[in-house]
Amino acid sequence: MSLLIAFVASMLVGCGTWLLLQRRLSRIIIGVGLLGHGANLLLLVSGGRRGTAPLIGVGDAADFADPLPQALALTAIVITFGVTTFLLALGFRAWQISNDDVVEDDVEDRYIARRAQIDREVADEIEAERAQAAEEDRR
Amino acid sequence: MKRLLVVDTSVRVLYHSILVLSLYFLFAGHNQPGGGFVGGLTAGAAVSFRYVAGGVDEVRKAFRLRPWTILGGGLLIAVVTAMVPIALGGSVLEHGDVEWDVPVIGVLKTTSALPFDIGVYLVVVGLILMMFEAFGDDLAVDDEYGTMGVGDALEADSVDHDLGGLTRAVDPELHTRLREPGDGRP
Amino acid sequence: MSQLVPLPIVLPLLGAALSVVFGRWHGFQRLVGVVCLSTSLVISIVLLVAADDTGFVVAQGGGWPAPIGISLVVDRLSAIMLVVSAIMLLAVLVYAIGQGEVERVHAGFHPTYLVLAAGVAASLLTGDLFNLFVSFEMMLAASYVLITMGGRAAQVRSGMTYVVISLVASTFFIIVLALIYSATGTINLADLSERIPELSGEVQLMFAIALLVVFGIKAGLFPLFFWLPDSYPTAPAPVTAIFAGLLTKVGVYAIIRTQTLMFPIDARPATLILVVAALTMTVGVFGAIAQDDVKRILSFHIVSQIGYMIFALGLFTVAGVAAAVFYTFNNIILKTNLLLVAGLVERRGGSSRLSEVGGMVRTAPLLGLLFALPALSLAGLPPFGGFVAKFAVFDAGAWSEQWVLVGVAAFVSLLTMYSMTKIWAGAFWGEREEEPSGRPEPGGRLGGPVLMVGSTAAVVLVGLAVMIWAAPLYAFTERAAVDLLDPSRYVEAVLGERP
Repeated sequence: MSLLIAFVASMLVGCGTWLLLQRRLSRIIIGVGLLGHGANLLLLVSGGRRGTAPLIGVGDAADFADPLPQALALTAIVITFGVTTFLLALGFRAWQISNDDVVEDDVEDRYIARRAQIDREVADEIEAERAQAAEEDRR
Repeated sequence: MKRLLVVDTSVRVLYHSILVLSLYFLFAGHNQPGGGFVGGLTAGAAVSFRYVAGGVDEVRKAFRLRPWTILGGGLLIAVVTAMVPIALGGSVLEHGDVEWDVPVIGVLKTTSALPFDIGVYLVVVGLILMMFEAFGDDLAVDDEYGTMGVGDALEADSVDHDLGGLTRAVDPELHTRLREPGDGRP
Repeated sequence: MSQLVPLPIVLPLLGAALSVVFGRWHGFQRLVGVVCLSTSLVISIVLLVAADDTGFVVAQGGGWPAPIGISLVVDRLSAIMLVVSAIMLLAVLVYAIGQGEVERVHAGFHPTYLVLAAGVAASLLTGDLFNLFVSFEMMLAASYVLITMGGRAAQVRSGMTYVVISLVASTFFIIVLALIYSATGTINLADLSERIPELSGEVQLMFAIALLVVFGIKAGLFPLFFWLPDSYPTAPAPVTAIFAGLLTKVGVYAIIRTQTLMFPIDARPATLILVVAALTMTVGVFGAIAQDDVKRILSFHIVSQIGYMIFALGLFTVAGVAAAVFYTFNNIILKTNLLLVAGLVERRGGSSRLSEVGGMVRTAPLLGLLFALPALSLAGLPPFGGFVAKFAVFDAGAWSEQWVLVGVAAFVSLLTMYSMTKIWAGAFWGEREEEPSGRPEPGGRLGGPVLMVGSTAAVVLVGLAVMIWAAPLYAFTERAAVDLLDPSRYVEAVLGERP
């Protein structure tokens, strides 16, 4: 049983990772969801074997399932739910602004790169002028 | 918006029964499956039926209070429940139980975890209402105008939809200044 | 005393609830925010004194005893972090009120900010690995809202990166938690401190590295920092300041806490930490040199400075850990301070880009002063607090004979000085080269609204106080380090006396 769950968890994490690497936020959100499910399943498996319902049930103490991972998984699910909602809102906003939900490159990075290029061009020009001047001097 | 008879009627039947179910989950939550979060989500499902039937106006009609008032009230109840034991000399979140001997019904037992759960319930319901408030409307706008371009989106009242209409109506000049794409640099 | 421990978490939450319910009354929101944060500052100071007195103040949530219930623990490290973060949260709130932009337009600002305050306090106080996750999430969820508040295109773009990266880190945290729980059967930090040494060495090392990666993403360690300089600068100025000051340092706090408390000395990846520290320092500072925007220069410096803290921690000696603690809280003050000034410069000059502002030393001399003091301190010039912190780090490195790292750290210091000079020359001296992209605001004689300049000046004074009381503060961090390196005291304080 837990082998099956472990297998499912690994599938979920694998698919989630692949989706995370996409450029579109809608796919990333699904990826994050799958990744979260995988992690929560893993949390559930970490409690060990199956057993009867803890805390409310009556029975031998050795038969109970471990309640803590279940509580943890529940909390983690709630948090994932909330944050996924926020991501959806963000995607909606991105779509509102640009009609698209592609995660774009950092604008400032490109600006810096452009400045570097301009610097290089200027340096090249100066270099060329100097070379020309030296040429004329020699003549 | 065009309304469908079948959907309208079934929502009328379903809405209240799902709300009752959500209340059942809320109260049963202490030692059975359920609780504030699950109850709140169920109530949210009921609200989304109303949304499917009649759009965001229908949702507004269902709840008179503003979404953030519900959310804040829930948070307030939960936090106060957590704080009361500190004032009484216990530790945070500690809880006790009360038993009432109600004449006809019999013995009622409740714990102080119940108000906390009610708080959580209200927070979840408030959050879901806020989502409808924030995103429910704009889709309708898009149906009217087709897809929105950058300028449209900035001019449209999208500011007012931030946080479910939690934006103040201040001078429009400040709005525009805040919205200037100052760092959308070349 | 233990009754006070949950209050720094619960009070801001109560304030958040009140300011949501009464969101219509803006003045009330401001009042609630300031009152809540001042009260929790006072409580934090009381807790600091108590923790320094007895070593530990422990509260058990729900009245359940330690390994079962939720423990809240104040020791010297968390107490000093709590006090410093409370001061910064309060100062930045006052600054935001003075600025009155995002704070005025969005009724959601105050509740979210208070939730952030509660999340920071909860991360510092919790004695339980899972609650650390929950507190981080509380803090991060609030930060997602704050960083995208306003919803401009640039904010949405960088917000996406920020949220997705943080989410991946959180998911990884859950996975690590699941593994740790299945290996040890507990998630209480004190309990883990006893059970982890029973595992085999490889498993211990794997957990230590996995936790380092999880918190490294939040703290901005070398290969994992790429999201930070991209996302922080787009937020509104007060938000950038509080993020720069607090969020990454809470990540550093978590690294210090978990590495020292959970793992025995031979399971700590000390060499890895030192290598990562050196790379973080250098890559961060080189990134800063390349930038042209004040906020982005400072954001890269956040990364570079994290390297120093991790370097000092990686030594795992009393001097090293003490230096790490000292550096961390001193850096919270400096970084918040510099970004608050950056916000003022941006407001006064209409842009935060160096080529678009200039000559501020004439137009707004007070801003120049408010920038120069923390900038010199950050670069490590005597006699400022930053010098004491850096000296402590170098000293600890020298005692452990990590000469290469000390050399790298000294070199990075020079480059830090260089890029501070670059900001100074670009923003305060000379003339501006291009027209600013925004609209400059007249700032009057002070250079900005009274509340903004006042709160920035207050943070500068706190930084100077660290310089004046450097000796007692360093002695305090040494006591904290002794506690951190001997986890048995923490375990005893949380779990009670053992036979």
